[in-house]
Order: sequence, then C-alpha cells, then structure tokens
Amino acid sequence: MQKRILMAKTGLDGHWRGPTIVARALRDAGFEVIMIGMANTDDIVTSAVDEDVDLVGLNIGGHIDVAIRSIENVQAARPGLPIFAGGTIPPHAAKQLEALGVEVYPPGSQLIDIVDAAERLTGIK
Amino acid sequence: MGEPTTQTLLKSAVGGERSSLARLLSKIERDPKVETEIRTSLAGGQATSLVVGVTGPPGAGKSTLISALLSHTTASYEKTAVLAVDPSSPFSGGALLADRVRMQSHGLGDRVFIRSMASRGESGGLARATSTAIQLLEACGWPLILLETLGIGQVELEVMDLATVVTVVLNPGWGDTFQANKAGLTEAGDVFVINKADKDGAQQTRVDLQDSLSLIHSPVPIRIFDTIAVKQDGVESLWQGIKDYLNEAQAVGLIEQKLLSRNRRLLMRILQRDFDDRISAYWRSDHGGNQVLRTLAGDLTIEALREDLFAHMAKLD
Repeated sequence: MQKRILMAKTGLDGHWRGPTIVARALRDAGFEVIMIGMANTDDIVTSAVDEDVDLVGLNIGGHIDVAIRSIENVQAARPGLPIFAGGTIPPHAAKQLEALGVEVYPPGSQLIDIVDAAERLTGIK
Repeated sequence: MGEPTTQTLLKSAVGGERSSLARLLSKIERDPKVETEIRTSLAGGQATSLVVGVTGPPGAGKSTLISALLSHTTASYEKTAVLAVDPSSPFSGGALLADRVRMQSHGLGDRVFIRSMASRGESGGLARATSTAIQLLEACGWPLILLETLGIGQVELEVMDLATVVTVVLNPGWGDTFQANKAGLTEAGDVFVINKADKDGAQQTRVDLQDSLSLIHSPVPIRIFDTIAVKQDGVESLWQGIKDYLNEAQAVGLIEQKLLSRNRRLLMRILQRDFDDRISAYWRSDHGGNQVLRTLAGDLTIEALREDLFAHMAKLD
C-alpha cells in the first residue's frame, strides 16, 4: 500500500538541498512525497488534512517557535499523525521537539536511517 | 475504535467535512473495491461541476498557472478544487508530488481544496482514481474543479474525457509549424496558453499554433492567450477566455454534450475495470493459466482462448 508523506519547510530559510535530497530518497524508497516547499503554519495544517498523509516531514529553518506552532496545530488537526524533522536544529530545540513526540534527524543523519524511520512511522515495518 | 466505514465517511464528506473527503480520496486510490462502492453510491447523480483541464508538457507552468487562476476562479465561484497529478516512478512506485509547491499561500482558506495524486502506472496523463475523485468532489459540492495532468507528450489525453474545457499550456520555442500540425495535443485543446510569454519566440509559437488551429472545425472559436503566470500577467484575460468558451459552448449545446459524454465515460470505466479484474482473475486461475500456456505452445488458438475466457469470465467472482 502506497504511503504518503508531506514534506514542508518551516520559516523563511531558503536552503532546499536537505529536503530535496530527503524527498528524493523517500521517493526512491516507494513513498509518495507531497512537497509543499516553504510553508506557513496554516498551509502545513491544511496540506496534512487535505492530502491525508501518513507522515509529516518538516525541514526546520528559522525560529523554533514557528516550527512548534506548526507541530501543535498539525497534532490538533490530525491527532496521532507521526511527525519527523530535520534541518539545522540546535540541541535545546531538538529536546523541545522530542518532548512533542517529534523524531529529530539533525545534519549528519544518514538517508538510510531517515527512510527506515519513515517506514517504521508509517507502519510499513 | 475502528476505521469509519466508507458509507459513514461518504455521508460526512458530502456534509462538508474535509478530512472525510480527504480520507475517502486515499481509500479510492488504494482500494478498487472502495472505488466501485463510491461509484455505485454516487451513480445516477447529475454531472454539474465544471472541470477545467490543464495539460501540457512538463515544466510548461501548469501548476503556477493554476495557482494564479485561483484568485480569479474564486471570484466567479464560491469554491475551487484542484486535482494535480504527477508521475509515479515505474521503478520504485514512489512519486514526488510537487505541484503544491507552486500553489501555496493562496490565502483563500477553506474555499480552496488541493489534492495531489500520483499516476500509479496509468498512461493517460491522469491517475486510475481521478475520474472517481471528480465524481466525489462533485458530490461534496465543489462547483469548479481544476484538473492538472502530469506533464504530457503528445498523446496522453485522457483529460479530454473528463474535462468540460481543456486548456493546453505551451511555451515559446515549443516547436515549429510541423509540431503544431501533428496529431494529438493540438487537437485536444479548447483554449491554448503560451505561458512564459516573455521568452524569445512567443510570436512565432503563436503564429504556428494559429495556423494549425485555424484548420480545426470547432463550433466555438479556439483562442490563444499569452501569460506570464509567475507575474499574474494575462491570467485574468485567460480566465475570462475560459468563461467565454464555457458560455459560448453552453449556447451551442456543447456543455450538455460534454457532461453526457463524461458520464458515459465514467460508466464505461466502471465496466472496463470489472472486465480487467476478471481477465486478471482468469489469468491467475489454474484453469486460465493452463489455457494460456496451451495457447503459447500452439495447442490452442487465440480465438479458442478468447471464447474460453469469455465463457469463464461470467463465472468468476
């Protein structure tokens, strides 16, 4: 069964390389990746609902508070929907995300581990 | 707490609950049985929603154009739905559905519903479940549906079967007079757009297209619009042109004819799907598999295999 993953960038950071490479790895692993690019909180929530995704991947740039608001709103709109995050996330911010149940993949994470996480979080494995 | 049934979801979706509509769209993509159930439940309903097809080669600017159209379509209609198809990988089965990147921050909130669909092996430029998705959106009260095909070549023109009006998006330098006169793409459009019209060669592309289109006998004139979608240039005129087409088509009875043909096509698809499923079941069965091998070995003629297949199809379930 084809699983769907939403990929979004929070904040106004313009670095595309990370999420693009991750999206490509997930595509090659057989996922349908819905890329929405840089998005505000409302866009992320609307996309998570309308696209009926099985997992949300956030590339976090800019202020962590913006990301946290997006995560809380997604969790309110789609209770139980797994979320994982990557990007240049400082350790104290990573702790805040993990406290919300978000798995964090900081720079240096291996694509194979990210794909594994996606398979686990969507229930394929 | 179990998953809600298809009928529960359908009732809720028709009542306006977006998350139920979204869940149903996934279900019809994933499970042909659910798709058949939805089709059966919605059968006999009137086809009333306008479907504006947007097709053309990859990178022509279809998504950007749709994004630019939204502010105009929502001035004419209360709400607009978008179905955007992108290709699935024939290797991994995965897909990168990135049409939405161009459609963010329309600021129209609940008045716009966008759904990305992967083609999942279909070769007509749309996905297997697209026609049912349109029926569903229609039942859920979306009066206007913008249907974006994946980037097409010359013949992936299934959009013609479903759209009330087909918009073909091309770019300057797209081809010469011979390209414009080839069969397929240029026969399929009701409205043509030369997007990225600020690039070199826009005028020549227009002349080539005009020459080719002038030989088509259409009851409604086929218009060509220049746009620069990223700047909103020409997009308002394009929307006016689509509305003009629809009005003129309505006046000569063409819309009625197209809606009827869409319904006929939808009905035929249901039967074709069942037919395909039954052929597959025959192929996989011991008896059918054996008959296939006998045919390949030359012990059975293709005609005899066909007769045997038809005889057994009725019995399979």
